[in-house]
Amino acid sequence: MNIIKKIFRFYVDGFKNIDKLGIKLWIIIAIKLFIMFAILKIFFFPDFLNSKFDSDKEKGDYVIESLTKN
Amino acid sequence: MSLVDWSRAQFALTAMYHWIFVPLTLGLSFIIAFMHTKYYKTKAEKWKNTTKFWMKLFGINFAIGVATGIILEFEFGTNWSNYSWIVGDIFGAPLAIEGILAFFLESTFIAVMFFGWDRVSKKFHMLSSWFVAIGSNLSALWILVANAWMQNPVGMRFNPDTARNEMIDFWEILFSPTATYKFLHTVTNGYVVASLFVIGISAWFILKGRHLDFAKRSMRIAAIFGLVASLVLVYTGDGSAYCTAKDQPMKLAAMEGLYEGGNEQGLVTVALPTPGKKYGDDKNDYLFAVKIPYLLSYLATRNFDGYVPGVNNIIEGDKEHGIVPVKERMEKGKVAINALKEYKISENKIVKDEALKTFRKNYKHFGYGFLPDKESAIPNVPLTFYSFHIMVGLGFYFIILFAIILYFSIKQTIEKKKTWLKIALWSIPLGFIASELGWVVAEVGRQPWTIQDILPTMASTSHLSTSSVQTTFWLFTVLFTVLLIAEIKIMIHQIKLGPKEERS
Repeated sequence: MNIIKKIFRFYVDGFKNIDKLGIKLWIIIAIKLFIMFAILKIFFFPDFLNSKFDSDKEKGDYVIESLTKN
Repeated sequence: MSLVDWSRAQFALTAMYHWIFVPLTLGLSFIIAFMHTKYYKTKAEKWKNTTKFWMKLFGINFAIGVATGIILEFEFGTNWSNYSWIVGDIFGAPLAIEGILAFFLESTFIAVMFFGWDRVSKKFHMLSSWFVAIGSNLSALWILVANAWMQNPVGMRFNPDTARNEMIDFWEILFSPTATYKFLHTVTNGYVVASLFVIGISAWFILKGRHLDFAKRSMRIAAIFGLVASLVLVYTGDGSAYCTAKDQPMKLAAMEGLYEGGNEQGLVTVALPTPGKKYGDDKNDYLFAVKIPYLLSYLATRNFDGYVPGVNNIIEGDKEHGIVPVKERMEKGKVAINALKEYKISENKIVKDEALKTFRKNYKHFGYGFLPDKESAIPNVPLTFYSFHIMVGLGFYFIILFAIILYFSIKQTIEKKKTWLKIALWSIPLGFIASELGWVVAEVGRQPWTIQDILPTMASTSHLSTSSVQTTFWLFTVLFTVLLIAEIKIMIHQIKLGPKEERS
């Protein structure tokens, strides 16, 4: 427990003492992750097979069908 | 452009952008670990400041680059669903290990590396720099193993019931020569890129007459690291080319612009391939070419009179050397596809068993059944040729540059060598260019395959509208450009501030 507390404090203190550059980089990371996961992933990159089928069997059958249709 | 072209363009854009950051992270992490170790051993403040400065640039690169690779995974699921499904089990284990390693090693120890000054023991702090370097390189291992598997699909078996490849030998996948050389070649390339980066920035400080001691000690470490890495790069490049000759002969033919192969082939050093040269025409391969006699045969077969097939030989086939004509492979591929269909739809056990037998027998030609014509088996030869030769030329140039910089550093005359300092500064982008070209050779040269001989790009994509892929292509172009501008601006600002020791 003591170790977990120490690690937690280590991170908290680290973030508290972060310099201006660090803050700027964290803001960039946050904006980037927001764009990636909250916009791109949700609105532009649905998982094609997951969005069409529920089970692995259906997905496998669909892929084989699309490979062998001609 | 078709859906496949847009999907490929988008993947190439994302991968090439991601690859701006990765090699710098791989190499700079080790350079920082060396410097940190110097500080740990000497307790000299100058090494602490040197380590901190490069750590800051490492942090900028890491922060801007982090998670850019995740977009590739988005694209797998959306644009390349057939491919993702088929390779799923092969990619699952390596990528899961990568995730765990990346999370535990990189994320945990990066925090210790940045926050740990005077807050953890000096030894643990120094070791954390090494763990970051080892962790980032190990996480690169798994994705490179997965990529190597696509180039040389070993250790797996296709399950026709689930349409997935199932891993039957993890170690065969991990230790295949293709994977071993790909990993070593790629990470050492990262060390070269980072060494050029450190040398170039140090050269800028010397040219400006600022932070001279800092710049010279940074330069010396990077020159040693860069020289060793660039020599290893030649060795691993040779190993990779040997694997390519064995498993992807068409790629090797494209790398060399070789249409008419044979025994005792020379290695092209400088050449101008004949513009508009196509398979089967009677134009010469090159307008002019300087070749080292017998060397291509030796590098490809370890025999000076070894046989190296050209594009024409691979397409037309060569019984004497065991090369099956592409047309024949296309027919066998169609047999495999039909057998898979029959296996799937038939309810008669005897018919199913027979279909499965036929499918297994012809599986190694499976991908050829999707090709519309035999010319589709040929990648973009000029692009592969020029990318390969520029990359190799730059690689040898880097060896010379590192040796010269190291020589002047040891003689302590580097300050006076203004021309070499300017060359070093302007060589920073060349490292990135060579690195990107390496991926162009690897990925364009293996077309039309996403999985060598098994699955072509045209059968790998999802059934999407072309406009949806176009939209995200342009979205990424904007996003990546903004991020790249941010990185360069922040990086240049920090470089101009310089290290702490002489800032005041």
